[in-house]
Amino acid sequence: MTKPPFFRRYGVRLAFRYAIAVLLTIIFVFPIYWLFIISFKTAEEIFAFPPVWYPKSLQLSNYFVLFKDGDAATVGNSLILATVSTAIAMVLGTLAAYSLARFKTGGENLAVWIISQRMMPPVAIVFPIFLLYIWLGWVDSYVGLIILYTAFNLPYVIWMMRGYIEDIPLELEESALVDGLTRWQTLWKVVFPMARSGLFATAVFTFVFAWNEFLFAFVLTRTEVVTYTVQVTHYFGGQSNFWAKIAAMSVLGTIPIFIAVATMQRFLVRGISMGAVKG
Amino acid sequence: MSDLKITNLHKHYGSFHAVKGVDLEVASGEFTVLVGPSGCGKSTLLRCIAGLEEVSDGRIEIAGRDVTYDRPRDRDIAMVFQNYALYPYLTVEDNIAFGLRARKFAEAEIRKRVSNAAEMLDVGQLLQRYPRELSGGQRQRVAIGRAVVRDARLFLFDEPLSNLDAQLRDDMRTEIKRLHNELKRTMVYVTHDQIEAMTLADRIVLLRDGKIEQQGAPLDLFERPNSLYVASFLGSPKMNFLSATVRGGTAVLADGAVINLGSRNLQDGKAVILGIRPQHISLADTKSKSAIPVVIELVQPTGTRLHASLPLGGTSIIAEFDAHAPVASGSAAKISIDPARLTVIDPTTERVI
Repeated sequence: MTKPPFFRRYGVRLAFRYAIAVLLTIIFVFPIYWLFIISFKTAEEIFAFPPVWYPKSLQLSNYFVLFKDGDAATVGNSLILATVSTAIAMVLGTLAAYSLARFKTGGENLAVWIISQRMMPPVAIVFPIFLLYIWLGWVDSYVGLIILYTAFNLPYVIWMMRGYIEDIPLELEESALVDGLTRWQTLWKVVFPMARSGLFATAVFTFVFAWNEFLFAFVLTRTEVVTYTVQVTHYFGGQSNFWAKIAAMSVLGTIPIFIAVATMQRFLVRGISMGAVKG
Repeated sequence: MSDLKITNLHKHYGSFHAVKGVDLEVASGEFTVLVGPSGCGKSTLLRCIAGLEEVSDGRIEIAGRDVTYDRPRDRDIAMVFQNYALYPYLTVEDNIAFGLRARKFAEAEIRKRVSNAAEMLDVGQLLQRYPRELSGGQRQRVAIGRAVVRDARLFLFDEPLSNLDAQLRDDMRTEIKRLHNELKRTMVYVTHDQIEAMTLADRIVLLRDGKIEQQGAPLDLFERPNSLYVASFLGSPKMNFLSATVRGGTAVLADGAVINLGSRNLQDGKAVILGIRPQHISLADTKSKSAIPVVIELVQPTGTRLHASLPLGGTSIIAEFDAHAPVASGSAAKISIDPARLTVIDPTTERVI
């Protein structure tokens, strides 16, 4: 009996593939790990050479400072802006999408016009918006950014939800209408349950957009409604960068998104793939 | 008293005129089947009755009340759809109870009605399942159950059996007929299948291009069609049509064969189309002088009967004989045609004379 070849005997080929995969993963994950770990380091550890690969103890003082100075409140601002604008955009957008999908409002063209608005480079309108907002007195206010984020997300919500709603068999709604429901009840009892995955997926993306938005928040806020993305830039100083604060603030800003995506994962996977088949 | 009365109904879709002035009255408890080929307007007509399509002109009354512009929910109707229209996120029980909950029935009443309907349709053991766990036939039973619990004035069926395979379709057809006998409700049923129409209907309404071509009891339409269209639509195998010229009380076919027209009094030289059902052609004694000699082309036994293709009048026709009839492919035979059962059609108007 001949021996199996070396590679097959020891699975070296497989081990080699895994080694490459692990190496690449380490390269890409390392910056995230580094940021995360810096947020728990003392000032000496951050600038130590050779680098401290993992801290001896987890220092919470960087976070403590952010909360003591009120910097952490910017995460709260981001939360308010993202939540409220997402809620408004989802309600208005889903209703508009239903109208487009079922009553063919505006024909085929209106839907394309709406989504094309989303393709405009934001930087092209940031200055006109700034002037408009000064005149309206909306600079550095919740209402200003909420309206802006809602306006930006509406086309996306309408476009996505239109696709999901068109995928729902029309007979389900007609059957409900015959069975005794009004249009509004049909929306609530048939359309929303049927489009649940799509609703969640769209809401998560809408939320993430508002959460991570930087340009408009940077230009349109001063001291009252600073978002966490803008706050992070405050730590890049002329003479020195406050690495500990940058790291801790970034981690704080990542947590809500992480929680949102983790809890919605079940719906997200289905929602995204549904949209992929028919959009 | 009529449960449904439609007066001069029109429906336009843009420039397309789908329903062109339909008048229809359905008596209480009657099973009416709207039948016709696809695109004849039968589904549109049903959807207008349900209120799912806005009518362009005309009037619809249900139980004596004008509902032309009422919402579907205010029409006292229940409807069964071709693709079942079950809610995938609700159990069978909740699906059946959906309409009752929408109308705020008391829970005790809902439970009673759901279990009655489930028993009637033999889905009692499926109540806790979800639609995706059911077979096609079971789904359609549940869909019918959902309509039955409503106890509506008017039941509408939109091709409910089209998605089922042949065997199941036969079973469900029997089921629907039995249901009608038990409930004694007014039902309007749309189908493109002439067998379904014949077997289920108290009255068939045959549509063509958005208009009623003929309506009446199934056997009436079958035996006394008023046009070529009706004659060719009903019956399986289809009626044979032969061009002929009238000569001295007989019809002469293109190949010279002579068919007796019986007591009909038609003008000499008139061109006609003869409609002959396969069942009304019989084998004659080979010595008979009046019988028509033919050569059998092809024989297709169905078990109960035998379908024979044979050339006559320049075309190939189908005759239906006994299962054990002494005919074989290529053999000579003589046939006779019952003159009383001939359908004689005017070729220009396509109307029955």
